[in-house]
Amino acid sequence: MTRWKSDRFAGWGRTAPALARAARPERQAELDAAFASAREFGATLPRGNGRSYGDAAQVTDGALILGTRLDRFISFDATTNLLVAEPGVTFGDILTAFLPRGLAAPVSPGTMYATLGGALAADAHGKNHDRAGSFGAHVEWIDLLIANGETLRCSRDQNADLFRATIGGMGLTGFVRRLALRLASASPFVRVKESRIDDLDEFFEEFAASRDSATFTVGWVDALAKGGRLGRGIFETAEYAPDAAQRPPGLRAPKPIPFDLPGFALSAPIVRGFNELYWRRVPEAGRDGIRALDRFLYPLDSLADWNRLYGKRGFHQFQAVVPDGTARDAVRDMLEKIAATGNASFLAVLKTLGGEGHGLLSFPMRGVTLALDIPNVAGADELLSSLEFVARDAGGRIYLAKDSHQSAATFRATYPRLAEFESVLAEFDPEKRFESDLSRRLGIRGRPA
Amino acid sequence: MIWVVIGASSTIAREFARQAAMQGAGILLAGRDRDDLATNAADIATRANVPVRVEHFDLADASEHIALLHAAQSFANGAEINLFLAAGTMPAQTEIDADPGLAAATIVTNYTGAVLLLQRFAPVFEAQKSGTIIALGSVAGDRGRLKNYVYGSAKAGLHAYLQGLRARLVRTGAHVVTLKPGFVDTAMTWGLPGLFLVASPAAIARAALTAAAKKRDIVYAPFFWWGIMTIIKNIPERIFKKLNI
Repeated sequence: MTRWKSDRFAGWGRTAPALARAARPERQAELDAAFASAREFGATLPRGNGRSYGDAAQVTDGALILGTRLDRFISFDATTNLLVAEPGVTFGDILTAFLPRGLAAPVSPGTMYATLGGALAADAHGKNHDRAGSFGAHVEWIDLLIANGETLRCSRDQNADLFRATIGGMGLTGFVRRLALRLASASPFVRVKESRIDDLDEFFEEFAASRDSATFTVGWVDALAKGGRLGRGIFETAEYAPDAAQRPPGLRAPKPIPFDLPGFALSAPIVRGFNELYWRRVPEAGRDGIRALDRFLYPLDSLADWNRLYGKRGFHQFQAVVPDGTARDAVRDMLEKIAATGNASFLAVLKTLGGEGHGLLSFPMRGVTLALDIPNVAGADELLSSLEFVARDAGGRIYLAKDSHQSAATFRATYPRLAEFESVLAEFDPEKRFESDLSRRLGIRGRPA
Repeated sequence: MIWVVIGASSTIAREFARQAAMQGAGILLAGRDRDDLATNAADIATRANVPVRVEHFDLADASEHIALLHAAQSFANGAEINLFLAAGTMPAQTEIDADPGLAAATIVTNYTGAVLLLQRFAPVFEAQKSGTIIALGSVAGDRGRLKNYVYGSAKAGLHAYLQGLRARLVRTGAHVVTLKPGFVDTAMTWGLPGLFLVASPAAIARAALTAAAKKRDIVYAPFFWWGIMTIIKNIPERIFKKLNI
């Protein structure tokens, strides 16, 4: 007997909470029961730890099935490094259990609280995309509970269409019961090289010089800098430092943010000041040092619930990728538009991506991606739309795990394998049991909002 | 050392077993859902390099208690046996009021079964002159109340039993912890209205291990429930009986 909890569920940006029911199975058998019971509530959707930003993990008036308590490791083969796990296992769990053995997730998003199920649904990428690709590339197989209640083993050889649809499929193909992920060698510390970047051109030079050789690369951009300082920021590369003679780190307990900050806390002058300090933190000549892997991969996790910094109204996160050929102009255009509005955003992230993902709706393409928070204040709509059009016109696309705003038209124009994805859904979920607020907004199941 | 974890499918027990295994203890998982326990065992074996075994076990069936004892002894193979007792059910009071059979089942899993099992195991602890029993009581056992009194009374009985058992075992060197969790975010409380200050199962498991290490007797988890329950216990009955809690 499944007990359903009525509650409001939102993405990490908290801009559009949805009323829904949720079940949280703790055993595999309870998952089947919950899924059967969900039928009476209409649309169903899996949800993990709610770390996607927009409306991907919510379904208004529908039934959410939370995977967070299906969080067990099933097996690990030390000769192949193949880990089989339930979908609620988090990147933090993997770090705790495997880093002492010299292993880590091959690709990790920016928070250790993300679940493996969520990372698969988003085909998440990390700071090593150029060389490692996105998450789905490292998944060998999944066991997927599909709309008719059956569970299918899906891999590149078996139910391959469903496998490709599930990678990056935003939870719309079914509920992942188990997945097999190949872990990669890692060490508890990385050697990080940081350098100050004075403008956007310098960023592109640094990326070109290191993207194919460095293990990790990431850029932090001051999104409020204008004119000659446009695109200034900090460029980081990192390599594993297996010889670092420091004690292996335990996971830090995050510092809590106990309440929503008032709106003025993120007013332009304050954020401008913060960005300035952050930029000056790195000496002009650059520096390098040893950093714990978790601190490097998950800098924001040291603040629990940092989304509360943006107050009750929440924030949008915008992330687009644009192909190399148009990247320099498009990123400049986007940064100019952001700086012109002064819509205060903490440091934006600039990264290179290495190529297409394995999923039909995978976000990455070879190019440059810009990600930033946009507080949900007056003018945010116009800014988001203008950024969306720049990305679209440059041949890029917007990341569904972040998106809360793009139009169905832009989405359809920028995800070339959407038709293939929709035909897989039509075959395996003809009754449209799986839906999300995102799929409704983008008309993925044929009902444009 | 080994921990015998009873009611091992519950998330508190799942977290406890994980954390105890990470500290190096062997784990015997006992419960009714064999498939689920096998998954928990696999999880533990993947996280920690310790022996793990699954035993099918129903606390309500006293005839199975002796078999579990033998299984624990054979699994321990001379190592110290410790016991974590998390089995229990908490049906809604309204359901219990409508079904006398459910009242009986609630008493059996939360009280009678626990007592009979611990009576079986007590001589083992006396003989080994060490080891810890952690039994999950509940703040619900501190005062009978409208919304939860059959469950609460069973837990109250268990609390009294554990006090006596503690006195019996302390003479030999073994120890008994009564752990009284407040609201915990588990399947038992999922979707119930009126909860506050809800703790994670992992936090309760941590509190249990700490209590065992420090040989604490009666522990509220999280600790502030001690204050809340002190207030609740001191409300005069003529007022308390009218409260809708």
